[in-house]
Amino acid sequence: MTADEDISQNIAVNEIVKKVELAHQIKLFEISAPHIVSRVLPGHFVVVRAHETGERIPLTIADVRAEDGILVIIFQEVGKSTRQMGMMGEGDSFADVIGPLGKPSHIERFGTVVCIGGGVGIPPIFPITRALKQAGNRIISIIGARSKSLLILEDWMRPFSDELFITTDDGTYGRKGFVTDELTRLIREGSKVDRVIAIGPTVMMKAVSEATRPYGIKTVVSLNPIMVDGTGMCGACRVEVGGETKFACVDGPEFDGHQVNYELLLARQAIYLRQEKEAMELFQRGTRNGEGE
Amino acid sequence: MAKVSKKKTPMKEQPRRERTKNFDEVPYGYSEDDAVREAERCLQCKKAFCVAGCPVEIDIPGFIELVRQGKFVEAARLVKAKNVLPAICGRVCPQEDQCEKVCVLAKKGEPVGIGRLERFVADWEAQHGQIAVPDKERPTGKKIAVVGSGPAGLTVAGDLVQVGHEVTIFEALHKPGGVLVYGIPEFRLPKDIVAREVQYIESLGAKLVTSFVVGMTRTVDELLEEFDAIFIGTGAGLPWFMGISGENLNGIYSANEYLTRTNLMKAYLFPQYDTPIVRGKRVAVIGGGNVAMDSARTALRLGAEHSIVVYRRSRTEMPAREEEIVHAEEEGVEFEFLTLPVKYHASNGWVKQMECIRMQLGEPDASGRRRPVPIEGSNFRLEVDTVVVAIGQSPNPLVPSTTPGLEVGRHGNIVVDSETGKTSKKGVFAGGDIATGAATVILAMGAGRIAARAIDEYVQTGRW
Repeated sequence: MTADEDISQNIAVNEIVKKVELAHQIKLFEISAPHIVSRVLPGHFVVVRAHETGERIPLTIADVRAEDGILVIIFQEVGKSTRQMGMMGEGDSFADVIGPLGKPSHIERFGTVVCIGGGVGIPPIFPITRALKQAGNRIISIIGARSKSLLILEDWMRPFSDELFITTDDGTYGRKGFVTDELTRLIREGSKVDRVIAIGPTVMMKAVSEATRPYGIKTVVSLNPIMVDGTGMCGACRVEVGGETKFACVDGPEFDGHQVNYELLLARQAIYLRQEKEAMELFQRGTRNGEGE
Repeated sequence: MAKVSKKKTPMKEQPRRERTKNFDEVPYGYSEDDAVREAERCLQCKKAFCVAGCPVEIDIPGFIELVRQGKFVEAARLVKAKNVLPAICGRVCPQEDQCEKVCVLAKKGEPVGIGRLERFVADWEAQHGQIAVPDKERPTGKKIAVVGSGPAGLTVAGDLVQVGHEVTIFEALHKPGGVLVYGIPEFRLPKDIVAREVQYIESLGAKLVTSFVVGMTRTVDELLEEFDAIFIGTGAGLPWFMGISGENLNGIYSANEYLTRTNLMKAYLFPQYDTPIVRGKRVAVIGGGNVAMDSARTALRLGAEHSIVVYRRSRTEMPAREEEIVHAEEEGVEFEFLTLPVKYHASNGWVKQMECIRMQLGEPDASGRRRPVPIEGSNFRLEVDTVVVAIGQSPNPLVPSTTPGLEVGRHGNIVVDSETGKTSKKGVFAGGDIATGAATVILAMGAGRIAARAIDEYVQTGRW
């Protein structure tokens, strides 16, 4: 009997076996998903559905422990669905965890790679950084957040980084400023950079791409458009890369940062803002009422 | 015996005014009296053309005679001997192009309402708690993986489990049924009917694994280590867009997304369900097939004041079923025929206008339909806030692209031998839209039936 089968007898599949609050509204779940983890490569994502009436939400994978059948996801509570997910606890199970999905990250020995993670973009950059380090690259990591209390996974990133730089918007930790400031400084100071990979908010990935464009440094970004099925069936996640329409779920999520139409991505990410607000308000009213009972 | 009526016994429907305000099924189905009256119209032809017209060879005169005698359960069982999805097929098959097309009565009037009777017996059996699991053959010890739980996959699973094979169905989405749950709307095919017929196949002994993406969660090659044969029925799940300027603007959907959000994710029940959808007031639907009709009728139910089908040919050439077109017309769907969208105009990232050009019909093309030709200078703009692109889809690439040795055709379809469903890879069969490109439920089921026979023979004999 394999370890996978052993686990599935004791723990329900999709069960949260460990929950950690890494920062305000940023949570880590270790989920038992033995049928998925053996296939996960850096850059893959999963689609989760928390409960029967829930949305299908794409989430990047922070790590796996294949031998235990454990999938590690880290997410930020931004709307009703993620807020509700954040209220799940150890022993609760997701209705569905689907994956791995997407094309894995291109890992090879490029030379010196700058790995940039912003906010909850740090979790998905972590397994890529580790794989690139193990492939023999020299790794310069730049991680950033709004503030010190929101900066996560420094201790995960450090062992796989030859150099690690930290930025916070408010200067409470590391250098004050944005990850792009640090990147630009490195390039200007003459660091040899063969490749940049950046994951974070869309505006950050856009800024990183603009920073490297004049120097012709290959820059890879991982896009996070709205998705539904995650298998190429619906086209919700279409993005424009090099003037062509691509489906982020099956053609990506990683693309050449210099070719991405970020304005379109930003617009499409905002399609349901009104509905999201409505759902959040109803939810908050509901939870307040619930507490009152 | 009284003279046979030239017309089908009518089927009651939800009143026109009511039905666009809800997602409930439009036709109510036959009562027992209606069904018997309709069954009495059947001439019980010795040489039954209708059976030959049915891709899954249902004994049509046989079950209709049982209906006439009031033996509804027996009738249902006779249908199910050939078709494990009768309540679905009775609703969505294009009978007018198949069994009913060749009905002798159709020469002088309307054919027997075979589809309506099929639906009636399936519903009657379920409503009266009479669904029984037929005897199965002795277990063969052979294991078959079915990839995709749409019409093709369910047919293969139903056929193979009944002859004693161990069948596991893998479905990528979280609910089984494929296009029957994500594509076809509730008002045309209620989802509890799909669930019921899938449960029937499970009750026969087939195992169902949802949220399992073959190609990603496991590859076909990995499945081949565990299974004796694999059937791929992953459907036509890659939506086409027209490639015109502005097509990625907010408010422009593929029909797959529009319908998936509504049907599978139940966005029409937002915020009770979490998945949102844009509820446009002026919705244009591009295309002339059943999917376009489904989208246009869905738009009305989501509150559209104008739901406009934009089609480049005329009504005659529309590939949608007549029944669906009529329903759409009755409900107030508007039509812009001989019209082709050429670009979109935006405001703040949202679609505002669809620029179109008028067409005229020229010489017949390869499909035998008259080719639409643009009329120079006839451009005009249609005010819209939502657009649904329903111009078709190609086979989903996830399995073909992750399966070495699987021959793929020019359109991304898996190449199969049409007599057996065999692919270029030993032990792997395929059928339905993944092999043919987007077609109908019953054709996918027919392909499933053919593949099931060949799979049975292959696993029993080992001969490829």
